[in-house]
Amino acid sequence: MGTDLLVFALYGAVTVALAWGLAGYMHRVYAGERVFLSPVLAPVERAFYAAAGTGPDRLQGWTGYALAVLAFNLAGFVLLFAILRLQGLTPWNPEAIAPMAPDLAFNTAISFVTNTNWQAYGGEGELSYFSQMVGLGVQNFVSAATGMAVAVAVIRGFAAQGTGRLGNFWVDLTRTVLYVLLPLAILMALLLVSQGVPQTLAAYARAITLEGAEQVIGQGPAASQIAIKQLGTNGGGFFSVNSAHPLENPTILSNMAQSVSILLIPVAFCFLFGRMVADRRQGLAIFAAMGILFVAGLSVIYAQELAGNPLLASEAGVTGGNMEGKETRFGIALSALWAQATTAASNGSVNAMHDSFMPLSGLVMLVNMQVGEVIFGGVGAGFYGMLLYVVLAVFLAGLMVGRTPEYLGKKIEGREVTLAVIAFLSMPLGILVFGALAATVPQALAAVQDPGPHGLSQILYAYSSATGNNGSAFAGFGADLPFHTTLQGIAMMLGRFAFIVPMLAVAGALSLKTPAPASAGTFPTHTPLFVVLLMITVVILGALTFFPALLLGPIAEHVSMIAGQSF
Amino acid sequence: MSKQTLSGPSLAGLAPRAGRQALAKLDPRALVRNPVIFATAVVAALVTVLGLRDLASGAPDAGVALQIALWLWAAVLIANFAEALAEGRGRARADSLRATKTETQVKVLRQADSPHDSATRVSSAALKKGQIVLVQAGDIIPADAEVVAGVASVDESAITGESAPVIRESGGDFSSVTGGTRIVSDWLVLRVVSEPGRSFLDRMIALVEGAERQRTPNEVALNILLAGFTLIFLFVVVTLEPFAVFSGISIPVVFLAALFVTLIPTTIGGLLSAIGIAGMDRLARANVVAKSGRAVEAAGDVDVLLLDKTGTITFGNRMADALIPAAGVAERALAEAALAASRADETPEGKSLVDLARRMLGGDGAPLPVAEAIAFSAQTRLSGVDLADGTKLRKGAVDAVLRHTGATLDRGLAASVDQIARSGGTPLLVSRGDRILGAVHLKDIIKPGVRERFAELRAMGIRTVMITGDNPLTAAAIAAEAGVDDFLAEATPEAKLDLIRKEQDGGRLVAMCGDGSNDAPALAQADVGVAMNSGTPAAKEAANLIDLDSDPTKLIEVVLVGKQLLISRGALTTFSIANDVAKYFAILPALFVAAYPGLAALNLMNLASPQSAILSAVIFNALVILALIPLALRGVAYAPASAAALLRRNLTIYGLGGLVVPFVGIKAIDLAVGALGLM
Repeated sequence: MGTDLLVFALYGAVTVALAWGLAGYMHRVYAGERVFLSPVLAPVERAFYAAAGTGPDRLQGWTGYALAVLAFNLAGFVLLFAILRLQGLTPWNPEAIAPMAPDLAFNTAISFVTNTNWQAYGGEGELSYFSQMVGLGVQNFVSAATGMAVAVAVIRGFAAQGTGRLGNFWVDLTRTVLYVLLPLAILMALLLVSQGVPQTLAAYARAITLEGAEQVIGQGPAASQIAIKQLGTNGGGFFSVNSAHPLENPTILSNMAQSVSILLIPVAFCFLFGRMVADRRQGLAIFAAMGILFVAGLSVIYAQELAGNPLLASEAGVTGGNMEGKETRFGIALSALWAQATTAASNGSVNAMHDSFMPLSGLVMLVNMQVGEVIFGGVGAGFYGMLLYVVLAVFLAGLMVGRTPEYLGKKIEGREVTLAVIAFLSMPLGILVFGALAATVPQALAAVQDPGPHGLSQILYAYSSATGNNGSAFAGFGADLPFHTTLQGIAMMLGRFAFIVPMLAVAGALSLKTPAPASAGTFPTHTPLFVVLLMITVVILGALTFFPALLLGPIAEHVSMIAGQSF
Repeated sequence: MSKQTLSGPSLAGLAPRAGRQALAKLDPRALVRNPVIFATAVVAALVTVLGLRDLASGAPDAGVALQIALWLWAAVLIANFAEALAEGRGRARADSLRATKTETQVKVLRQADSPHDSATRVSSAALKKGQIVLVQAGDIIPADAEVVAGVASVDESAITGESAPVIRESGGDFSSVTGGTRIVSDWLVLRVVSEPGRSFLDRMIALVEGAERQRTPNEVALNILLAGFTLIFLFVVVTLEPFAVFSGISIPVVFLAALFVTLIPTTIGGLLSAIGIAGMDRLARANVVAKSGRAVEAAGDVDVLLLDKTGTITFGNRMADALIPAAGVAERALAEAALAASRADETPEGKSLVDLARRMLGGDGAPLPVAEAIAFSAQTRLSGVDLADGTKLRKGAVDAVLRHTGATLDRGLAASVDQIARSGGTPLLVSRGDRILGAVHLKDIIKPGVRERFAELRAMGIRTVMITGDNPLTAAAIAAEAGVDDFLAEATPEAKLDLIRKEQDGGRLVAMCGDGSNDAPALAQADVGVAMNSGTPAAKEAANLIDLDSDPTKLIEVVLVGKQLLISRGALTTFSIANDVAKYFAILPALFVAAYPGLAALNLMNLASPQSAILSAVIFNALVILALIPLALRGVAYAPASAAALLRRNLTIYGLGGLVVPFVGIKAIDLAVGALGLM
């Protein structure tokens, strides 16, 4: 256990140190300043702008920015949908995999465009290399870049001096991919290859086992895919069992590198925010709130898994924690760490089966997603999601200092509150309303493998994962029924765009306001008190909304387990 | 001088009428304005119907359902009652104002210089803007008007509560009269400046009555947030039924309805409009009329206060502060001469010099024998006395006394005189014959307590800027002594306007007060402009607040009232939302414990039975609104402090309190419900 804690501490230290450096680099990139990669990349960047007829001086207001985001994502969706449906006609398909069914292709296309990477399919059986690389690979980059660009634009809105301009989406998108995601993904892919992850276009390997049976071993251009799946909080694995697969995640080093890369960019956004608003304390306060919530969640999962199932202990004499659904090479600590990181950060990749975690671990994972993926959250998306809570926290408590609530010197008024409420409604709508439909409609119920509270947890997990754009799943949930592929597709869009558009609008409204200089009368948003306030807001507004449903799911399962009943 | 404020009757006196109005406010058209209370009423109606159905069909839980319905209606009525109570005070005040607005016969002149006996009589109700009216001692002034001829004293107590009559005359800053006030001496010829029905009095009645009450920006935003929460909890409760069915549990609709109402923010929803009305009311009790609620909120946000030096920071006049004898002159001799020379001086400066000299002499010693008092004249710019022996005692400005005596200042005295001028004071010299006895230090006296007041404002993050016509040297000295953060010397209306614009460009909100017509542009430009009621119509028109007492220090009160209003709203919102935690823990285990006995562990309050738990939560929900009505009307206690300190304090009281209080309250009600056998 001492070693485990040391591993956690080391993980935290490495992630934060790398993120701190990355934030400084990203700050220069988004400001259009020269960085060490500029000599190589600047000409490419300029060529893109020339081809697209745009440039860094073409600044957009929030409507222009939002329309560009929507148009780009719509085009991405259409392209990906077409690739999946035309799989039989595209190259690099040595296994001659057939086109994807329409509803599944709809679900998959939305899933990758919205940075969810919910996989209602199995990668080895249903996707060609072309679909993986050109279809999904491209979206892995650009969906991540979309979230990051939007976050940068939102931050610019919060920081603007009354200009009303949020930047240029095409420029932010290009810079994100060229300067941030590509270099990091290349480094990461090389690291993974060094650890034994395949990167090939060859057909699947066929081996004769000791018993004489033939075994087909899936392979392909995995390393590049896995690198961006982690860095871009996409989470869609190359193989169906994701990073629990020995070729997707072969060693402890590859496991730690992937764990770090899940949180790297989301953490960096906290520090980037501090730099962009020219007050690093503001970024540190948000980092502290996210960090404390993260550690709290990790503690619960780790403690629960370490304790294991009391029924197994008492009836079968199984001790040493809950190892069901975990890779023995990773064990409890690394599986718990990954589970917390991947659900907190809207990543969705797994190195253990979440369905098999203890009920209260499942509760933590559900809460991570249900609060809107704001505990670091998806790249960019987690940060603008947290800014939504900041707006609500400031508005609720800010009145208590006797002034119109302000954040960074800008008044939070009716328009901002209206937009924040609209964005905020998308989580209960996608999770509770859609989840309730899934728990009621007979065609949907066929997907649920287990009865009772665990079955309800599976439904809640599926819709929390979709609406939170996470993408991980509780196994045992048959996600490929047309009912779910369709409704989940809608939930993923809701969780993505019903956040992006209102938050860009909030940023647009704030960008028009001239910040008032801070004084002793200003609501302090960088103090430990504010950190506590922000965490309480996340817990009370975010988590308590789902408390009744969670009570019937993981909590009921937990108390039943204590009482000696299993499902 | 007696001073009656416009305060209305006591709350207890208003309660019966408010009770009746609470019922009248059940009208759905009135309820729909408040989304949270409207939702509560709809649910209450639903539960009533279900309860009656159960009663008719003899279902076992009909009694519980009807009790829940009763308490849901109670919550709606209590919220209505709070609003009616807040409105009641304003209405009572409006009634007393309306009493002064009786219809009278008015003497109308054709022109301002028409002979008074040529006046024709018309009804005051028919009076139009621009008409010329004659009023004589005893008449009620029929409309807001400007004096075009005459000087008279006017009793404005109907509006201001100030019983001492004020002088009104044509021209200058004292030319405006208000309809409903009474002329007590002489006569005035007036030009009517308001249309019938739009007079100051009419507007004031509408304002205090709340008829023209528009929701303020923060209130609108808060209402949206509360409506959003209501919608979210609707999702939560409506979807709970399918989740429960999936889990094999059936939850009575009545219990779901109870859960919904306890979760939505009924506390703040029920008290929101009462808080707003009470805030306006507090301002009205300070004798300030807000022309819009927006101004009151803006007052809470103010970053910079522009304060006129005279009357706000200093007393109106300079006062003698010290006597500095010339070389070889006894201090006592100087004091005696100064006392004698000022004997006949009736100006405030003269009186203050007499006071000072008397204090220094300690009451002993015979007064010098005075033969003749010499009054101040513009030619000599000196005043004083000739003594019985013919000695001339004089005092006056330095150059005037030097010219009068032909003497020169010794080095010590010259330095003192210089020092006085540099410190912002005014030096006078006192002479006996042709000898200079010494200097008098006249200075602006800072009002007691202002320094501490400004320190408080600074702690709240508000900068104070002193506006004065003095030269920069004098202004700097007074500014330093008064503790203001900045000053604007040799201020002109344009300079004032520029200063306001400059501060606003920096993102700051500016408040100022003024009375003269030349203040009007600055008053209009300021975010919060307080006009003195004694001021000109132009100033009153440009301002968004009018101080009936014409007291420039009132600006600070206005800021405090604005802050208190916002704090009250924020505190009760925080309290209301924090309450949800306990309500979850009261109701949810009660709903599910039959299916999952282990969930009894979440019954933290150890409530007697599921039915009792739900009923207790609903009762608490209604009673907490009632319990908080006094707080909503009075406003949250507020002492000036930094935002960080306020946040810490209010978050502890209303946030932590909001978490803890319902646990205790629901448990207590559960015990009472059990003891009374309601279950």
